[in-house]
Amino acid sequence: MWEAIRRWFDPRDLRSVGEPPDYRFSLANERTFLAWLRTGLALVGGGLAAAQFLPPLPLTHLREVIAVALLLLGATVAVRAVDHWARNERAIRLGQELPASRFPAVLALTIGAGAVLLVIAVLARAVGAS
Amino acid sequence: MTGGSGGLAGAGRDPGLQPERTRLAWRRTGLALSLVTALAVRLGSTGEPTDTLIAGVAVLVWGAALVLCWPRGTGTGPARAGGRTLPLVALATVALALLGALLVVRGLW
Repeated sequence: MWEAIRRWFDPRDLRSVGEPPDYRFSLANERTFLAWLRTGLALVGGGLAAAQFLPPLPLTHLREVIAVALLLLGATVAVRAVDHWARNERAIRLGQELPASRFPAVLALTIGAGAVLLVIAVLARAVGAS
Repeated sequence: MTGGSGGLAGAGRDPGLQPERTRLAWRRTGLALSLVTALAVRLGSTGEPTDTLIAGVAVLVWGAALVLCWPRGTGTGPARAGGRTLPLVALATVALALLGALLVVRGLW
């Protein structure tokens, strides 16, 4: 694992495999990475906003749990963005198929499940208040 | 597109404006980093010395990330693809997330 992390920070290692690709492919890969990074930043921003703009919730520390969960999810998305970028670049240079990934589906299901839980919490609160 | 010429010579005539689009993507990312940092600083503005310190570190991380992003968001030629900038900017994002989590957890006591 540490070897893989060291490789992310070593551009020479990445350039040592395969053929130099059409620069447009590399730039497209870079933009994909940036789009993922902004997705991660949006989650981090959401976590920071939840921590300071949500009113205290009926369950103890639920607000803090939501905030930390979003922050950690954002950090995970950022790390995974680097990993996927490096693996894409390698595949492009070697003329192989781009690596498949379950991550987008898992992320979408996680966020969807979180949203459904929050809807239930809001409805339960509305029913409890009336 | 399949040739893999690898050269940057024809960049100025790229009908897809790939370098331009990549520069704009870097600028959007810099903007997102700034927004996140602003939120972190607001969360850290409690007057507590520890919170101020954490917010200060977040501002330093933001500054370093912007210095990294800048050459890629400006300039005229196509940026050289790849390199160390990408993992470093991702590292800055992770750092901001962890500093934010620290602020949230610290607010509990």
